[in-house]
Amino acid sequence: MTSMHSMRDPTAETSPLKRPRRTPPATLEGGTVALFDIGKTRTPEFLDQIELRLKERNIRTKRFGKPTNSKVATPEILQQVAEEADVVLIALSD
Amino acid sequence: MPDFSLAVFAKRECPTCVLVEPVLRELAARGNGFKVYSQDDPVFPGRVNGVVDDRELEQSFHHHIEIVPTLIRFEGGREVARTEGWDAREWRRISGIAELGKGLPDFRPGCGSKSVEPGLAEYLQVKFGATGFKSRQVEYGEFDDPIEVCYERGWSDGLPVTPPTDVRVLRMLSGTTRKPGEIVGRIPPNLAECTVEKVAINAVMAGCKPEYMPVVLAAVEAALVPEFTLHGLLATTYFSGPVIMVNGPIAKRIGMNCGINALGQGNRANATIGRALQLIVRNVGGGRPGEADRATLGNPGKYTFCFAEDESDPGWEPLSVSRGYARGVSTVTLFQGEGVQGFVDQKSRTPDALARSLAMGLNAIGHPKVAQTQRAILVLSPEHYAIFREGGWDRARITREIMAATVRPGKDLVAGAQGVGEGIPAARANENVPKFYEDGLMIVRAGGPAGLFSAILPGWLAGRNRLELQPVTKEIKP
Repeated sequence: MTSMHSMRDPTAETSPLKRPRRTPPATLEGGTVALFDIGKTRTPEFLDQIELRLKERNIRTKRFGKPTNSKVATPEILQQVAEEADVVLIALSD
Repeated sequence: MPDFSLAVFAKRECPTCVLVEPVLRELAARGNGFKVYSQDDPVFPGRVNGVVDDRELEQSFHHHIEIVPTLIRFEGGREVARTEGWDAREWRRISGIAELGKGLPDFRPGCGSKSVEPGLAEYLQVKFGATGFKSRQVEYGEFDDPIEVCYERGWSDGLPVTPPTDVRVLRMLSGTTRKPGEIVGRIPPNLAECTVEKVAINAVMAGCKPEYMPVVLAAVEAALVPEFTLHGLLATTYFSGPVIMVNGPIAKRIGMNCGINALGQGNRANATIGRALQLIVRNVGGGRPGEADRATLGNPGKYTFCFAEDESDPGWEPLSVSRGYARGVSTVTLFQGEGVQGFVDQKSRTPDALARSLAMGLNAIGHPKVAQTQRAILVLSPEHYAIFREGGWDRARITREIMAATVRPGKDLVAGAQGVGEGIPAARANENVPKFYEDGLMIVRAGGPAGLFSAILPGWLAGRNRLELQPVTKEIKP
């Protein structure tokens, strides 16, 4: 368990402390969906199915992944996703 | 016998506390709920019952102990008397024991309490007291990097900020006599209420020292004067942002730079005061690039732009004096300025020649064919100023002559003239056109001793509405 530290909010506090999620895009048309394999054993099967469905809707996909599930994604991989895709789908499947 | 008790605050490293050790033993032997709060060693004083381990300094803090030893008498649970150091007569009076400490010298001064050691006061205030802060706390884990937490929350201008911990904010507030809850004004674009506490938090983040607080507060107040038009200045597509110039004794007191590289990097006060104002606009006002800030290109001065005027020449009228403040009064003057336009003249040796030359530089701001749309600041370097001074020209004369030298025939400036589309309206072709309105040029002195260079800080294009948009000067108060 880690102990907590604190600092004071420098803003006018008009937004909640917990940051809201980004609004999802209105449409996937014309964009590229990154399918991100977190490295768990059966993730590829799951992502294959998702990819099929997206392709049926003429949505571009691109596959990315971590080499192993035990480590966080490297900045290089995250940068590559940011550069080449508009939306990322991170899948967990065991 | 009244219901009373005695307490002593002491530390082993204090020779006077060691000297009175037998006295403390005598008081302990008499009972009466006697307590010794030991600041550095729970077995000091030796062979005394009732020693309280106060190495955390909680009791010393709550009892506002400044000197050890301190003897306090309580009656009915309330303090009725205290004495600091060893003063035999006082200790006897307070304890009611006529012969207390017989054989000891009459007087020995005490030592500083551990609870008032430099840098500790704010820690104790945060740990045991109440900060009274109204701003909400943002928590982060032990292994989170607080600087990254600030980045993730969008609180940074792009450079690392100092995390505003309670201790740092308390210290920052010690730099002003104003109450943390006092409202300084409403910061655009969101017109959010800004308290002295919020100013202090952002000043911490900018890297200010507490003694800069009065300057930061004055700068915020000046920026909020309607004629400064902070909202528009933030929102403009033009380059400009707030430029802060400091006059008066405070500049030297807090170590501001008005000399070599005065407009550049490297001086903490210059760098952080300007940055604090920008962080307040960003964080309190919600003014962020790409949102309310629509600058096409911006300028590096939007990180920070603050410097002091060189007032070392008694013959020079400082900017603040020219704007109606007495000599010796510290002020901030805020200007809606863009970046630095360098001006070089290494050959003009007379005031007339240099004034004409500077006018050519000033005529180039914004666009050489446009007039009366912008103000400007001329930052006159020592070597250029010397030419005017030797000619007997003062601020008023220099300003007047440069302004006069900017006047050009309208036919050269009208749109389309010289094969350039930009220009003044064709109807002004027969006028003689000055670059500025009559109050459009401000001169300040700054810079290093070598270099026949001066700097021009062009103003915001909205300067054409010169009555609605003006530089603002405010007195810096403690």
